[in-house]
Amino acid sequence: MKFSLGPSLFFWPKQEVHDYYQRASDSSADIIYLGETVCSKRRELRAKDWLELARQLSSNTDKQIVVSTMTLLESPAEIQVMRRLCDNGDLLVEANDLSAVQMMHELKLPFVLGPAINCYNLATLKVFLKQGLVRWVMPVELSGDWLRQLLQEAEQENIRHQFECEVFSWGYLPLAYSARCFTARSEDRPKDDCQYCCINYPQGRKMNSREGERVFVLNGIQTMSGYQYNLVNEVPQMKAMGVDIARISADSDAAFMQLNNFKAQLQTPQHKALVSTTECNGYWHQIPGMSIA
Amino acid sequence: MELLCPAGNLPALKTAINNGADAVYIGLKDDTNARHFAGLNFNETKLDKAADYVHQHGKKLHVAINTFAHPDGEQRWRKAVDKAVAMGTDALIIADIGVMAYAAEKYPDVERHVSVQASTTNLEAIKFYHNNFGVSRVVLPRVLSVQQVRQLAKSSPVALEVFAFGSLCIMAEGRCYLSSYMTGESPNTVGACSPAKYVRWQETEEGLESRLNNVLIDRYKRDEHAGYPTLCKGRFEVEDNVYHALEEPTSLNTLELIPELAAMGIVSVKIEGRQRSPAYVEQVAKTWRAALDRYQQTPQDFTLEQSWMQTLANLSEGAQTTLGAYHRKWQ
Repeated sequence: MKFSLGPSLFFWPKQEVHDYYQRASDSSADIIYLGETVCSKRRELRAKDWLELARQLSSNTDKQIVVSTMTLLESPAEIQVMRRLCDNGDLLVEANDLSAVQMMHELKLPFVLGPAINCYNLATLKVFLKQGLVRWVMPVELSGDWLRQLLQEAEQENIRHQFECEVFSWGYLPLAYSARCFTARSEDRPKDDCQYCCINYPQGRKMNSREGERVFVLNGIQTMSGYQYNLVNEVPQMKAMGVDIARISADSDAAFMQLNNFKAQLQTPQHKALVSTTECNGYWHQIPGMSIA
Repeated sequence: MELLCPAGNLPALKTAINNGADAVYIGLKDDTNARHFAGLNFNETKLDKAADYVHQHGKKLHVAINTFAHPDGEQRWRKAVDKAVAMGTDALIIADIGVMAYAAEKYPDVERHVSVQASTTNLEAIKFYHNNFGVSRVVLPRVLSVQQVRQLAKSSPVALEVFAFGSLCIMAEGRCYLSSYMTGESPNTVGACSPAKYVRWQETEEGLESRLNNVLIDRYKRDEHAGYPTLCKGRFEVEDNVYHALEEPTSLNTLELIPELAAMGIVSVKIEGRQRSPAYVEQVAKTWRAALDRYQQTPQDFTLEQSWMQTLANLSEGAQTTLGAYHRKWQ
């Protein structure tokens, strides 16, 4: 089983992005995803900068480097930028919208299907296999049982070997996408004059209930889970059911430590108690996502 | 432009047709559609009656099969397609790509519409459905501005339908898991957002509280109007500020956009609300029919009646309406 570092979902200054990926290249991750997936107005790094960084990492490490694309695309300009990323010549691409799937298929190139594309069953997965899917990242709201059934069906149809399966396993869960920017709204700014304010919140903005319960995290047009998802105790189970890759979402503080925690579970599984005010694992156990099983 | 109205039961369907709907959309009585609520939707007998009534009046029926098939239940979604086709639906509204593939292969002659839940927001995504499944219509999510809809309408190889009135989803539909994060059930998997069985109301010293699976969604002062606790429409805390952090209780109303939508070639305007009463459907259908007819008669000189806007505002969440994402300022 391998471990990946997901794309950063947050907006960080250019130098911090470079420093972060320097650390990533020295980390225990087997696969590194990078690229802007949330908002096209975030231009500390432009498409060519992301590709440059990706190539640099690719030549300096033996890790697999994957370029992640945007999730919610609404304008031809955004599509143009994505085309540059998709048609990059050598690096594998993670498609986070059907538009990217369409492009990769036209280019006759393989792709990773990201977690924001609604692939909930084998019939859908088979359509994507025909388009060029080589790796499927399960939608975050699905459970271990759901996955087990789907992978068993794939075995029965003798197509399980045609794709890798990846599970979002640690970090704030990307839960929703909107036309509206909630970070700008939290600063009482219109989206058209957002002043790129999410750069001031390197881990998003906390949104609590009026009783102080951490409900969600605001990250521009994206709404994330208030708690950090943590499947560290499920690593042996994932491995047993044939999950190929566990994804640790990029995080300015803890991702590298979590990578090591997760990897250690393969050697000597050890139950780790989750903290109910900051962590959750509900989705995997088919209970409310914010709960702990 | 077609006026497409919702119906959660037979009385609502008849009301919609009698009040000017050109087409009605409905769902089956199970989790294959995104308004899977108790007491709502159509079993097979009712489905037949619905189709008969609509067709006798020369109108069209669309059946929404717009949740995502479970791995152990793909048959249920396929059967839903079979049933809808067997009773003579004019169009299938589908969200799941596997279900879409099934419908396209088995019933190539039955119109397939890409559900709003499929979150198709750009030309390349439309091409994906056009090339692979020969769809005849795409329902656009409520995340695009009018300018973006116009651009898309110019280049789309497929006809476009937009949401015109009703409860406002502020997230890209089909890409919102907030409800399952809080309750375990989402529109995609179970066909309901913020399901009623998780709602609790409680009178406290600080005011009336609404909770969803025990999470405090809102707290109302004595003189405030209390609305259904859809989780994205509550008041939350961001640092020290308490406000509607995502959206206020409000409904989408695009009556004033009729000339623009018609000019850009939108084929259908959709009214949200299969969970609503026949009385609601009657008022919305009647008002929209009047407005569309007025536009038809005097396209150069279309003006809104104050009474139309008042009727629609009275039917809206929090008695207020918005142009939503169609208007850049909302974003």
